[in-house]
Amino acid sequence: MLVVTIFSGLIVFGMAFALFYKAWPILSTHPIGELLLSSSWRPTRGEFGLYPFIMGTLWVTILAMVLATPLCLLTSVYLAEYAPSRVRGIIKPMIDLLAGIPSVVYGMWGVLLVVPLIRDYVAPLVGATTTGYSVLAGGIVLAIMVFPIIISVSEEVIRAVPHEIREASFALGATKWQTVKHVVLRSSFPGIIAATILGFSRAFGETMAVLMVVGNVSKAPSSLFAPAYPLPALIANNYGEMLSVPLYDSALLLSALILLLVVLFFNVMARIVLSKIKKGFAIG
Amino acid sequence: MNDVFKPRVIIQKLNVFYEGRHVLKDVTVNIPENQITAIIGPSGCGKTTLLKSLNRLVDLADGVRFSGKVLVDGANIFDNGTDITEIRKRMGLISQTPNPLPMSIYDNVAYGPRIHGTKNKEELNQIVKQCLQAAGLWNEVKNRLGEPASKLSIGQQQRLCLARALAVKPEVLLCDEPTSALDPVSAEHIETQLATLKKDYTIVFVTHILRQAKRIADYVIFLYLGEVIEQGKAETFFTKPKDPRTQAYIEGKSITRTEV
Amino acid sequence: MDKRKLEENFFKGLMMASTFIVVGSLFAVFAVVVWKGAPALNLSMITQTPKGGYYLGKEGGILNAIVGSLYLAGEATALAFVLSLPIALYLHEYAGNKMASFIRLSLDVSAGVPSIVYGAVCFTIMLSLRMRASLLWGIITVALFILPIMTRAMDEVVSMVPFKLKEASYALGATKLETMLKVVSKQALPGILTAVLLAFGRGIGDAASVLFTAGFTDSIPVSLFDPAATLPLAVFFQLGTPTPEVQQRAYASGVILLILVLSFSVASRLLTRKFSKFVVR
Repeated sequence: MLVVTIFSGLIVFGMAFALFYKAWPILSTHPIGELLLSSSWRPTRGEFGLYPFIMGTLWVTILAMVLATPLCLLTSVYLAEYAPSRVRGIIKPMIDLLAGIPSVVYGMWGVLLVVPLIRDYVAPLVGATTTGYSVLAGGIVLAIMVFPIIISVSEEVIRAVPHEIREASFALGATKWQTVKHVVLRSSFPGIIAATILGFSRAFGETMAVLMVVGNVSKAPSSLFAPAYPLPALIANNYGEMLSVPLYDSALLLSALILLLVVLFFNVMARIVLSKIKKGFAIG
Repeated sequence: MNDVFKPRVIIQKLNVFYEGRHVLKDVTVNIPENQITAIIGPSGCGKTTLLKSLNRLVDLADGVRFSGKVLVDGANIFDNGTDITEIRKRMGLISQTPNPLPMSIYDNVAYGPRIHGTKNKEELNQIVKQCLQAAGLWNEVKNRLGEPASKLSIGQQQRLCLARALAVKPEVLLCDEPTSALDPVSAEHIETQLATLKKDYTIVFVTHILRQAKRIADYVIFLYLGEVIEQGKAETFFTKPKDPRTQAYIEGKSITRTEV
Repeated sequence: MDKRKLEENFFKGLMMASTFIVVGSLFAVFAVVVWKGAPALNLSMITQTPKGGYYLGKEGGILNAIVGSLYLAGEATALAFVLSLPIALYLHEYAGNKMASFIRLSLDVSAGVPSIVYGAVCFTIMLSLRMRASLLWGIITVALFILPIMTRAMDEVVSMVPFKLKEASYALGATKLETMLKVVSKQALPGILTAVLLAFGRGIGDAASVLFTAGFTDSIPVSLFDPAATLPLAVFFQLGTPTPEVQQRAYASGVILLILVLSFSVASRLLTRKFSKFVVR
C-alpha cells in the first residue's frame, strides 16, 4: 500500500519530468525568449514562436474569469447566506451537474448557440464582423464550465465563517447585508480568492470545448471578436503531425509542459491557502 | 445608592420555544434602571435565552417561537413593526467568549458607529477613545489601535468587546457570563468597569458564580428551568430568600430535594 | 435606515439574478443540446456500428463509440479503483501527518492537471515503447487521469468515518487491517460508490486524454491492443465534417453522451441511498 501511495504522490513529478525530457531538444536549441515571445509559428521552417498561443490562452482564460467571478461570488453569497435551505438543496446539486457535463458537449453547445449568437447578434451591435468563432465565444463557454468549482469552494468557505462573529455584528445592530459585507466576506476573502484561482487554473487547461468555438487561427487575438488559438488546442490539433517535422513534437510537448507548470503553480498556491484557512477555523 | 426602583425594561409573560421545547415559561420581571441586575441559576435553565430575548438575537436561531411582551419605554420590542436593528443598538451585548471581529482594534470599536451612519473621522476617533477608556483598555492599546484585535489577550479582548458594545451608545448592557472565560485578574477588571458603568447604563448580567453576583449585583433574578423563582434586591435576596429552592441554590445544595 | 435597506435589496436582487443566470445556463446547455440532437436520434444510432460511408451520410450508428467508451471508461475506473481504495485507506490510517498532507496536496494538484497533459505524457511514453494507440493505452491514460480525483473523493469519505466505530472494532481485538477492510469500508461504502461513479463520469466524458492514446476506429475493439472509438471523440469528429447529415448525427451523439453521463450521476445518488442501509449515523 505504501508503494502505491507514494507512487500516486509522485505522478505530477513524473509527468513534469517526462515532459521536460521530451521538450529538452527544443529548449536546448532555441532560446527560451524566442520560444515564448516570437509570433512566428512555422514548424516546417523550424520556427516555433509560442507567443500567439500563449496570448490566445490568456485572452480566453482571463475573459472567462472576468465573466465568471462576479457571477460566482454573488451566487455563492446568495446560497450561503440568503437562500432558504430548501432552495439551496435544489440549486447546489444543479450546479454540480454542470460540472459533470463533458467538455465536448459544452463545445457542441457553443457551436450551436454561442457562436451564431455572437456572429448574428452581438457583433453587429458593436459594429464588428466575425465568424463567431472568437475569444468571446471561448470565454463564455469557459466561464460556464468553471462556475461549479468556484461556487462550491466559495460557498463552503463562506459558510465556514464562525457563528460568533456574525452574532457579534448583529448584536451591534447591523443588518444582514452589512454583516455579510463587512464581516463575512472580509473573513472569507482569502478562501474566495483561492476558489477563483482554482477556477482560473481549470479554465487555463481546458481543451475540447474551447477548441471547438475559438477559431484556431495562429495569430494572437486583437479583439474579443477575433479568433484565438490557445495552447491546449495547439497540442490537440497537431499531435498527428508531431513526428513528421523535426522538433515539432518537442515544441508541442514544451507547450504541454508550460500548461502543466502554470496549472501546478496556481493549484499549489490555492490549495495551501485553503488548507491554512481550514486550520485557522479549527483553532479559532 | 438609590432606593427608587424605576424599571428600564418590563418583561411580561415572556415565553420562548426552541423547536417545541419550552425554554422560558411566563417570565415576568422588571429590570431596574441604572443598576446591576444579575440573573442566576443552574446551567441550561434559560438564562442566556432570556438575555438574548432582550435584544432579539434569539430571532437568529432556527425554529424559535415566542409570546409575551418586553417593554422598553412603553413599546413592545416584539411588535411586528419594530426595527430590530434599532433595538439591538439600544441593547448592547457582551458574550461569554470574547468574539472580536476580524479587524483592527480601532475598527472593532468603530464598526458599530460606522454601520449606523457615522462617517466623520474626528467623531469616530473620539468615540473609540472614550469607549476604550470606559472599558479600561485605552492605556494598553492606545499606541497600537491598528493592530488586529486577535492579537490581544483574552482578557483584553473581552474589554474590547465591552468598548465595542458601548460605542453604539446603548441604554442597556447585556452580559452573558462575561468573565467565565477569563483569568481572575481580567475578571476583576471587567467587574470593576461594570460597577462604574452603572451610573450611565442599565446592566443585566448572567452568571453562575454566586460570589460574583454577591459582589456586584444590586438586584437579583433566580431562574430555574425557565421560570422565575424569585427576584429581589440583592441585600435581602442573599440573606433572606423567600423560596426554599432559592435557598437551596444559594447554599449549593441540589434543588430537587426541596420541592415546594 | 432606508438607505441600508435599499442597499440590501439592491444586492439581494443582484444575487438572485446571478444565481438565476448560473442555473439558467445549465438549462440552456441541456435544452439546446437535446433540442438539436433529439431529432436525429434513432435506434440504429445505438445499435449499429458505422457502415461504409458513414461519415459521408450513409447508414450505421455509433455503437462502436458507445461500446468503446464503456469498455475504456469501465476498465479504467476498475484499474483506478484497485489503486485508489488502498491509497485512501493508507492515507487515513497509516501515513504520518507530514507525508499524508504532502500526498493529499499532490493528489489535489494532480486532479487539477488538464486532461490533455495526461494525454500528451501517455502518448509520449506509448511512442517511446513503440506501441500504437489502442484500448490499452486509452485505459492507462484515463485511469491515471481519474486516479487523483477518485482517491481524494474516497479519502474525504473515509475521513468522515466516526472514530467510535474504529474504537469499537479495536476493542474487540481486531487489527488495523481488519478494521480497515471490514468496518471502515462498509461504513464508507456509499461514499466510495459515489467516488467511483463520479470518476467514471469524468472518465467517460473526457476527450483530450484519449485523443492521442486510444485511436479511433469503426469497429468494436476485440482485444486490448485494438484501437477504440470513444463517444466524446465520435461527437468531435462528426461535428468536424462538412456534411450536414453527419453533423446532425454529431448532435445526436452528443445527446447520447450527455444522457449517459447524467444518468450515471443520478444513479450514483440513488444507489448511495440504497447502500446506506448499514451505515451508522
